[in-house]
Amino acid sequence: MLAYLIRRLFAAAVMLVVIVVVVFCIFFLVPRWAGVDIASSFVGKQADPAAVAAVREKLGLGDPIHVQVWEFFRGVFAGRTYAAGGEVTHCAAPCFGYSFRSEQAVWPVLTDRLPVTLGLALGAAVLWVVVGVAAGVLSALKRGSLWDRGAMVVALAGVSLPIYFTGLLSLAVFAFGLDWLDAQYVPLEQSFTGWLGGMILPWVTLAFLYAAMYARITRATMLEVLGEDYIRTARAKGLREHTVVGKHAMRSTMTPLLTMLGMDLGALIGGAILTESTFNLPGLGRAVLDATRNQDLPVVLGVTLITSLAVLLANLAVDVLYAVIDPRVRLA
Amino acid sequence: MTAFLDVRDLKVHFPTDDGLVKSVDGLSFQLEKGRTLGIVGESGSGKSVTSLAVMGLHTAGQYGRRKARISGEIWLDGTELLAAGPDHVRGLRGREMAMIFQDPLSALHPYYTIGKQIVEAYRIHHDVGAKSARRRAVEMLDRVGIPQPDKRVDSYPHEFSGGMRQRAMIAMSLVNNPELLIADEPTTALDVTVQAQILDLIRDLQREFGSAVVIITHDLGVVAELADDILVMYGGRCVERGPADRVFHEPRHPYTWGLLGSMPRLDRDQQERLVPVKGSPPSLINRPSGCAFHPRCPYADVPKDDVTRTVRPELTEVGGRHWAACHMSAEQQKRIWAEEIAPKL
Repeated sequence: MLAYLIRRLFAAAVMLVVIVVVVFCIFFLVPRWAGVDIASSFVGKQADPAAVAAVREKLGLGDPIHVQVWEFFRGVFAGRTYAAGGEVTHCAAPCFGYSFRSEQAVWPVLTDRLPVTLGLALGAAVLWVVVGVAAGVLSALKRGSLWDRGAMVVALAGVSLPIYFTGLLSLAVFAFGLDWLDAQYVPLEQSFTGWLGGMILPWVTLAFLYAAMYARITRATMLEVLGEDYIRTARAKGLREHTVVGKHAMRSTMTPLLTMLGMDLGALIGGAILTESTFNLPGLGRAVLDATRNQDLPVVLGVTLITSLAVLLANLAVDVLYAVIDPRVRLA
Repeated sequence: MTAFLDVRDLKVHFPTDDGLVKSVDGLSFQLEKGRTLGIVGESGSGKSVTSLAVMGLHTAGQYGRRKARISGEIWLDGTELLAAGPDHVRGLRGREMAMIFQDPLSALHPYYTIGKQIVEAYRIHHDVGAKSARRRAVEMLDRVGIPQPDKRVDSYPHEFSGGMRQRAMIAMSLVNNPELLIADEPTTALDVTVQAQILDLIRDLQREFGSAVVIITHDLGVVAELADDILVMYGGRCVERGPADRVFHEPRHPYTWGLLGSMPRLDRDQQERLVPVKGSPPSLINRPSGCAFHPRCPYADVPKDDVTRTVRPELTEVGGRHWAACHMSAEQQKRIWAEEIAPKL
């Protein structure tokens, strides 16, 4: 088990390096091939050549690409010192460089924004797992009933309607129409109730989409499991029906759900771009969206790295939990 | 006065889009404690549906709108099960009556250890602590011949071989000393070498516990070893039943002859081919008129006046506790068996 974990973590680290290199290449080589100079875009449109040259030297943009990648990694672990002319800037580890636009260090930006996204993703996940699984189980147990049909129609709507539709609709109705909630993000440190009020609509909007998917998967899996021989055995033992469903059937239904949850959470921590944009939440998703628009490579790299790390860790957690749930899975 | 297990005119019908499937259509039999009844028939003859009806498993956990329609009477030890409340029947399941299934790999939950599954079966009916229930599980595993039961109790089903799994399944079904044990094709999924061991085990355990046993199988060889009485089912009805030696040595129904003819035997000349029962099982929605077996029966024209195609034959006693549902006269049955069938077997 320990050897397995170490091996998986090592593989994850290698994967992260590969991802960074690929993103690096895309953002540095493509402009070069397209004849766009990153240094001059950093300085501004009407820059004088001396300033551009200074920036190029300071950021090491003139170095070969592998040197730049190396410098980036060294910066992440050891910090980095930028020197150009007489001006020396030290960026402490973990250094992800400075934003091309705001000239702020990237790392504090990431640590500022991660909690927003984390709060959004985790809150919504709790909501969608509870609602989705409950609705799915009920639908499976009452297959063909009015409830089942109604729930599946709602679920179909949830899967099909894009977030910017449901999100804007909920904003229009609950924030501006009825004026029940404030469409304003308030950091958790400032006010808990304010944070809660600002997060409810994003949570519900995001959870609606995922709850719909989870309800459908839960229903299908539950129906399949209820037809298994070992469920009949459980009944033949004389177990009560709620034990049969809640324990024996639920345990098997959990496995595919867990896989989905791991991947969905990992991906969302990298930024729920649509939800964050719709509700103007200052999370990673918005950061990466703005950064991509502005060709702000250091920010994009930073967010990409966090996203990849989240996805890899989530998948690792799923694999380990899988072995805990299903004894037939042996980690080796 | 009812027998220990007394099934009277049992009907199990399933509504489907294509019509009403009459899986079991008027079945009656009795079974006393300490005796073994073998129910024989081809796929779709209603064997398993009958056993699930006795266990009350058609109604437990049926979530769809379409429920099985069950009528008749099922008496177990003086209680009529179809009229009893579902919770009462649930309390009997696993305690008074238990069941062994065909494929022990799929019938055991893959995520729980063998021990946990046996303990669960025990504790639902006995108010005992986890430790003594575990001791009981180890004891049962030992009793069904699993080596090192105190270690294997913590194994998962996938860590057992097929025969061991079926032994564990038997241990689980017998953990509450049930008075009725239903074994639904208990050896079908097993290697031939293991089959005999499992059958021996069932016989030994029955002698030890004195329970009534129903063995359901399509394999006459299995019931030949175990059963005191044999009931042959065809198309949801009983076509012949009686003491095992009579059904084997003086069978009266052409379908029973067919089953005997299609059974491989080691003492038979290797050159001779097995004789299959021609045709396919009857539709359970549109049952053939008259005798349901007549489209496949080589002797359908023996009785006069097309009676086999128009009148359904009733079960009639043809000798001590031996019943058959056939239009042929006793003389015709005896003659055909003695002259045409028996010499070829």
